[in-house]
Amino acid sequence: MANVLVNAPKTARRGQAVEIKALILHPMETGFRPGADGRILPRNIIELFTATWNGVEVFRIELSPAIAVNPFVSFFAVATESGTIGLRWSGDEGFLVEEQVAIAVE
Amino acid sequence: MDRRRFLAGTAAIVVLPLDRARATPEAMAAAIKKVVGDAVVREGRVTLDLPPLIENGNTVPLLVSVESPMTEADHVRAIHVFNEKNPQPNVFVARLGPRNGRAMVGTRIKLGDSQKIVAIAETSTGQFWSASADVIVTLAACLEEST
Amino acid sequence: MTARLVYRRMRVLRVGLALALVFGSTLVLAQGGGDKRRSGYQDMGPALQKMQDDDTANPAMLFVQLGQQGWARPSGAANKACADCHGVAAASMKGVAARYPAIPKGADAPVDLEGRINLCRTENQQAAKLPPESRELLALTAFVALQSRGQPIAPPDDPRLGVFREQGAAIYRLRQGQLNLSCALCHDDNAGKKLAGVTIPEAHPTAYPIYRLEWQALGSLKRRLRNCLVGIRAEPYAADAPEYVMLELFFMDRARGMALEAPGVRP
Ligand code: HEC
Ligand code: HEC
Repeated sequence: MANVLVNAPKTARRGQAVEIKALILHPMETGFRPGADGRILPRNIIELFTATWNGVEVFRIELSPAIAVNPFVSFFAVATESGTIGLRWSGDEGFLVEEQVAIAVE
Repeated sequence: MDRRRFLAGTAAIVVLPLDRARATPEAMAAAIKKVVGDAVVREGRVTLDLPPLIENGNTVPLLVSVESPMTEADHVRAIHVFNEKNPQPNVFVARLGPRNGRAMVGTRIKLGDSQKIVAIAETSTGQFWSASADVIVTLAACLEEST
Repeated sequence: MTARLVYRRMRVLRVGLALALVFGSTLVLAQGGGDKRRSGYQDMGPALQKMQDDDTANPAMLFVQLGQQGWARPSGAANKACADCHGVAAASMKGVAARYPAIPKGADAPVDLEGRINLCRTENQQAAKLPPESRELLALTAFVALQSRGQPIAPPDDPRLGVFREQGAAIYRLRQGQLNLSCALCHDDNAGKKLAGVTIPEAHPTAYPIYRLEWQALGSLKRRLRNCLVGIRAEPYAADAPEYVMLELFFMDRARGMALEAPGVRP
């Protein structure tokens, strides 16, 4: 089950840059740490987070093993029109989570 | 109270896991070179916000902001963050454009040790601006297992 | 004044001091105003305080979300959800976390909040106990504890709790472990001072369960107590040992009146 927390305003003025914050449950295993048996645990990270506004990509960030467990990302986007902000996390072991929030622009 | 022994017993394991592979100042320089090529990197326009004293290196809030009009003609295209001492020098690359309105990106990073962090902004006009920060990571007391 | 009298006075003074330490919090509160107690929150830097304050940035809230789902999910042979009996948590669970550990009806020993939830698992849902520190148990505990956010810590006036609390106080003051340290030595005598860069907190149980950055996960007060036992190189008690509940009782009484801020963030 997707376990994410998204903070985006429900309404915005046209042209305003709104802040969007997103937090997701994920181990971000670095691929450098030994496990209990002394063997290196395989890397398991989120590699890419993207944001779209009504389907058009507005932000992307490529992550590395240096990003903390349960990754947090914040960024800005210009409120152009009412619709949906789509957030997408993808990474190792076929990880893929998508979340949408609605925003009304006046 | 015997602080030295208390800490020796409890704090040692934090750094170990990251010790195997280590980025170095040279590796960071090489990673930066890969991004900027032969362009000049100027200091300024970039603000790198990190707590000066880090209470736990596992989750360190980091915020990069860049002075830019963020217009079609003149905007920040990417923000790159590098570190010196984690296993790899690259921390993240954020891709931006006029649709962002503001060039400000926040996340949380792992820092195994005190070190230098560098943020570089790449603009649509082909310029590179940078900021760096030296951070001190303290080791937590009272950990899970003694070693 | 004879030597013996001086000695007796000193003893009285010492007993008085010890009592003042244990009940110091209550005294301060009774005096009103100048409560000098500090939650661990106040010893954190602004970046971590901000992380705790913002519910969409506090990683513990990811677990609260899981707990909210668990609250509504029917479970066990009774096929009942917590919500079937307790309704809306914001109403039924308000203030509950602020008064645990407590002695459940029909029992004669105290349980902490996790223990109380597990009683509902076994007796009311007819389901298996959730293992200590399991994600499901922590998530439910965090969800229940959140309903008491801002409430003053208010241990019940149950005289039967006294003997357990006193045993907790005794453990708190006992020098133990290879380093021969007592909890009190750090958390009373040296609170606010630095231990190689780390501020020693007063150790108030205001924020539990916490998202501890060191763990990179949510964890219970028990786990936190265990960490300090390991820190002083004492043999930690078994996961279900009554000593933890005794310490928790002592800590909750010591923090009586302080506001709950669960689920908190700690380094
Ligand atoms: C079949 C009904 C039932 C179900 C299901 C149930 N409970 Fe309870 N719960 C009770 C009753 C009855 C009590 C009060 C017992 C008493 O009077 O001491 C109680 C007490 C509690 C208390 C202590 C309240 C206080 O004021 O001290 C907590 C916390 C609690 N339950 C949590 C839960 C959680 C979490 C779940 C789901 C995992 C759950 N309960 C499922 C019936 C239920
Ligand atoms: C040598 C000093 C020292 C001793 C002795 C010690 N602790 Fe601690 N304790 C600390 C430090 C330092 C922290 C904070 C750790 C951090 O932030 O990394 C802490 C944190 C705590 C906390 C968490 C407080 C919060 O804000 O959530 C509790 C609870 C606690 N200790 C209980 C105990 C108990 C119980 C004992 C005795 C068994 C004990 N401590 C012994 C140094 C000590």
